[in-house]
Amino acid sequence: MSEKVLMKGNEAFAEAVIRGGARFYFGYPITPQSEIPEFMSRELPKRGGKFLQAESELGAINMAYGCGAAGGSGFISSSSPGIALMQEGMSFLCGAEVPVTLLNVSRGGPGIGSIQPGQADYNQVTRGGGNGDYRIPVFAPASIQEAVDILYECPSIADKYRNPVMVLADGLMGQMMEPVMLPEEKHALTSEEISTAKPWALSGSKKGTRSVVKSLRLQPEVLEEHVEHLFEKYAAMEKELERVEVENLEGAEVVFVAFGTMARLAREAMELLEAQGVKAGLIRPISLWPYPYGAFEQIPATAKAVISVELSMGQMLQDINLGVKGRVPVKLIHRVGGMLPTSLEVVEKTKKILEEVR
Amino acid sequence: MKPVFTVTEGMLPVSTSYCPGCTHGVAHRIIMETLDEMGLLGDTLGVAPIGCSVVAHQFMNVDMCEAAHGRAPAVASGIRRVHPDKVVFTYQGDGDLASIGMGEIVHAAARGEKFTTFFINNGIYGMTGGQMAPTTLIGQRSTTCVDGRTREQAGMPLKICELLATLDGPAYIERVALNSPAHIRAAKKAVRKAFEYQLAGKGFTFIEMLSICPTNWGLTPPKAMQWLEENMMAYYPLGVYRDVEKEAQ
Repeated sequence: MSEKVLMKGNEAFAEAVIRGGARFYFGYPITPQSEIPEFMSRELPKRGGKFLQAESELGAINMAYGCGAAGGSGFISSSSPGIALMQEGMSFLCGAEVPVTLLNVSRGGPGIGSIQPGQADYNQVTRGGGNGDYRIPVFAPASIQEAVDILYECPSIADKYRNPVMVLADGLMGQMMEPVMLPEEKHALTSEEISTAKPWALSGSKKGTRSVVKSLRLQPEVLEEHVEHLFEKYAAMEKELERVEVENLEGAEVVFVAFGTMARLAREAMELLEAQGVKAGLIRPISLWPYPYGAFEQIPATAKAVISVELSMGQMLQDINLGVKGRVPVKLIHRVGGMLPTSLEVVEKTKKILEEVR
Repeated sequence: MKPVFTVTEGMLPVSTSYCPGCTHGVAHRIIMETLDEMGLLGDTLGVAPIGCSVVAHQFMNVDMCEAAHGRAPAVASGIRRVHPDKVVFTYQGDGDLASIGMGEIVHAAARGEKFTTFFINNGIYGMTGGQMAPTTLIGQRSTTCVDGRTREQAGMPLKICELLATLDGPAYIERVALNSPAHIRAAKKAVRKAFEYQLAGKGFTFIEMLSICPTNWGLTPPKAMQWLEENMMAYYPLGVYRDVEKEAQ
């Protein structure tokens, strides 16, 4: 039976991934997600899983790689600078086709930056900081319920494509509390079931065939073929994993584009603008890769401006421009450093932008 | 007629890609022969490093994966969580383990991870063409210390067995050499002991194998064997550095 409970974001995220089938967690403390390793250290041993505190983020991602290569369903979480340290591992996991669920509860940067919420990891997570041609699907939920629903699916998505899958939340979502419905717990593979369920994984060659998990392919023609194979998977992901929510576009004079908590703020601004006679709509990308470029075709002729509302210096603008294709001016309302705009601030800046473009 | 010698099933029937005279082949064989003799080939999961032996999985007839440079102990820790009843090992060179992977090996050892690490110490980076390693001896030449390593410029070589023996996590630590039949026989005994301790759940086990790299040392294999005996064994003494069984007695 599903149950509705009030939960803190970070704990709800962790619970959702366990219910989604992950039984192995590897983590290193970093604000604002440290409740996750704390929660996992308490919960996993009770639920047939294993918790291991890594010596570093490098350790964590490589433990998760070993776990995934051995057929386990692994989960790791971190925050922006920790995710940066894991990029080598993400490239390796993609090359070796090893599944894992990743959660980035992002904060401000560059460098150590701040521990306040930020969205300046957009490029890091959608473009990837690791070497080589690879892709990682990234979902950016806007509520704790949506995060729970997506994280619950992630272990299955990772297994289906044999690829890492990431959820990008921000410090606000990690720290706030909301009521959530928790889904039914899925069956997690036992170590005995791995050899039949995942014959490619390391489980001992007694099963009849030897398994080798690797990313090295020294012969150029072999590596080329492998990368082409990876991109066939990525093409399938682009078709199957794109998610977007479009609100109130009909007759809109201005269209906001925002993800995560900024989409909630944009929604508030929409209502305030409506009360002042300005019709505003919203495109909310839920998957940041694959990016929902197609949704931008729905922008109506009435639109005078498309405005990105972001906690970064406009890292999403490149994707928005690819979607808008120059039909409407694209503008930016942003704060950085851990500062958050208020909905009134968004309203005032929007009105100013509309005066400029009219 | 009873055969007096058969090739171990632990090694795949292919030629290795190692240089003539390289001791990787010897190290591979004694590890795989031991697993074969112990009946463990079907229950063993190995982790290959970055370096010449990144391709170890092409020769060792067990389930294996590669690890990013230095990360094999973290990878093996992850594998161990999923398969608590299998035999798990990492095979790592000196650049991989003692330089970029020092964090991972120290913490795996301190946690007492129940896997075995084989540490191939030949005092040089082989695959990249003979650069100075953390284990290059003072006075030893490499492409990044062409006049020989100096203490002033590069500090002192690392003694990994001695370093890990300061920790309470390891169950068995031994340094062996692969430069003579007697030393190779002793090395194989150490390999067996490490696997036996692992199977008994005693904790982390670590076998350092002093090895040669004739290509990058610029010596013929026999001269390299002799150089190991005269120089490496003086700085890296062979012996058992930790044995929880002996210490318990």
